Amino acid sequence: MSDITVPTRSSGTTLSLDALSGPAARARKEGAIKAVFFLAATVSIIVSAAIVWSLVREAWVFITEVEWANTWGQNGWFPRQGLYDMPTLLVASLIVTVISMLVAGPIGLGSAIYLSEYASRRTRSILKPVLEVLAGVPSVVLGFFALFFLSPQIVERISRSGWLIIGAVILTGYVAMMVIWVRRTLQREASTSAAQMFTRIIVLTLFVLVGLVMVWWILRTAGSGDAGAANFFQVKRSGQLAAASIGVGILTIPLVASISEDALASVPRELREASAGLGARKVTTTTQIVLPAAVSGIVAAFIIGVSRVIGETMVVFMAGGAADAARFTDSPFEGGLTMTAGMASLATGTDNVVGEGLTFQSLYFVGFVLFLITLTLNVIGARFVRNVREKY
Amino acid sequence: MALSTIGGNGRTTARVDAEIYRQGRDLKGRGFQYLLLSALFLASLFLITLLIQVLTDGWPVLSERFVDFFTGTLRSRSSDDALGIGQGLAGTFWIAIFVIALSFPIGIAAAVYLEEYASENFITSVIDVAIRNLAGVPSVVYGLLGLALFVATRDGNSTLFAGGVTLAILVLPIVVITAAEAIRAVPSSLREGAYGVGATQWDVIRTQILPYAAPGILTGTLLSLARAIGEAAPLILVGAITDRLAPRGDGLLSLDQIFDRFTAMPIVIVGWVQESGRDQGFGPAAGAAIVVLLVFVILMNSIAVTLRNRFEKKRG
Repeated sequence: MSDITVPTRSSGTTLSLDALSGPAARARKEGAIKAVFFLAATVSIIVSAAIVWSLVREAWVFITEVEWANTWGQNGWFPRQGLYDMPTLLVASLIVTVISMLVAGPIGLGSAIYLSEYASRRTRSILKPVLEVLAGVPSVVLGFFALFFLSPQIVERISRSGWLIIGAVILTGYVAMMVIWVRRTLQREASTSAAQMFTRIIVLTLFVLVGLVMVWWILRTAGSGDAGAANFFQVKRSGQLAAASIGVGILTIPLVASISEDALASVPRELREASAGLGARKVTTTTQIVLPAAVSGIVAAFIIGVSRVIGETMVVFMAGGAADAARFTDSPFEGGLTMTAGMASLATGTDNVVGEGLTFQSLYFVGFVLFLITLTLNVIGARFVRNVREKY
Repeated sequence: MALSTIGGNGRTTARVDAEIYRQGRDLKGRGFQYLLLSALFLASLFLITLLIQVLTDGWPVLSERFVDFFTGTLRSRSSDDALGIGQGLAGTFWIAIFVIALSFPIGIAAAVYLEEYASENFITSVIDVAIRNLAGVPSVVYGLLGLALFVATRDGNSTLFAGGVTLAILVLPIVVITAAEAIRAVPSSLREGAYGVGATQWDVIRTQILPYAAPGILTGTLLSLARAIGEAAPLILVGAITDRLAPRGDGLLSLDQIFDRFTAMPIVIVGWVQESGRDQGFGPAAGAAIVVLLVFVILMNSIAVTLRNRFEKKRG
């Protein structure tokens, strides 16, 4: 059965299947090559196992030996004195996460929608590289930027004159409303009676008066107390959690943008065409059709963004305004240590980690907590990404 | 005009015309578009401000003592003439060698296995999950791994070897994922054609798949190299020197320094930024070091991106 007759030009030789499989040496060589490639692939399993093993080994020592009273409700993270107050690190990480996602979320998503839905090929070729360059900027550079620019120029000013900023935002909104109203009324009626003109002038005067009262009130509030308007122009150089957060946010913009853009690109063209065919405007199509269809991927972008933000170290370490140890704070305008910055500052200063008893182990405990948080977020994020792929 | 018959008088016609043709009809749409554009504008603004800040801070140092700065070492005073990034450059150079020697071969081989050899079984899915999760592990955690593996105890010595291997492990998943993507894009007709003329699997990989996927793989490796060069957190954990490091007598290529204490470009920057609180002059020095680092990293990234775009366009 294994004999197959192959007709050849010379004569009818018999060829077996064994002969077709080639020389044994060749098969051995192929097998060896496959084994080498397989070994390379298993490196990732070994590395994963090594990470978990190294984290768990030292974290376990910490968990079993630490006095639990010292890990909760103390007034700060002072590892070299044996005070490991986890809330200090967790709250700081939470502050950084919230503020940086407030920066990265809208800017990343907005950029993605513009690039995917609105930009012409030419605009895209100009604007897309901006995000690509931003994605390549090392985090130490953002740390430098956060400490030397964002902190003194932006955060200090906001924290010293918060009312001025908030007031300015409200006032801008108010003026925008007024402009829209004026435009609408001018466009609606081509010609108007004198009575109508009169009421309009009165309404406009009221608008302006209310606006002036607002300006007066804001200046008065901002001018009183510590948060004086005069302080707005003073410059001080030091780090705060808020400055670091904005830096981390800038670093995360390209990540959020690229995952959201992938999600938007996977929405079938037919959906957009059907919507346009029914007479929907571009903005309606984008917000009512495309965004809901891609929502899974956008959620994934935010989740993976959060995971990246929590794990970001250098920016917070350099611009977070705390070294070595930190008091508990829940204000973004003060210095603080996140989980990652706490780890980095334990490892600097001297070239090895030294300190009271469990300092070295506390490093691994914090690392283990961080590892679990990011792993959970990444797994959830990956599930959302898969949802988009399966849907279309 | 057909419309004039609806209302009968000129005023209605004017109104209908205005409703249809008036300027700024789609106010909401315009507003939305400008809002989106402002997001991109803000991102560009951040990038431009960042570049200007770094350049203005670093320029005085670079223009005054360009050559000295490249050969200088870590010093305790910023006014020291011998202050410079020589040691940082050497450390970063060797880290790049480690990444090229370890991550590239292992990563590409793993990608070839996953795409060409692996059958759908338990081990393959475990490898897949492991790579995907490793790509999301924060870089400090890799630092902890390096600390545990190579520095071992708190009395252990932190060496360039430990830092290099740690960063090689860090970028390994990126190399695997990008290489696997490039290999997946190879058309199956190439494989089938080669098998049809009697090539073995290794022949197919060697002569068809790797050459075709080479630009994509190169893009991934360049991106991961740029990432490794700019990464600081794992090195800090492993114990790179941020303050002062005795200069070595031997040259850049001397193998002895692999098992000695070390620093690297990002670490030099971190160290100087921290020192700038005590000695203002370290600020500009850090700025200058950042300019040097950014030139390398952005150059590598843009080569990678250009390469990718060119081949994507060529192959449609």
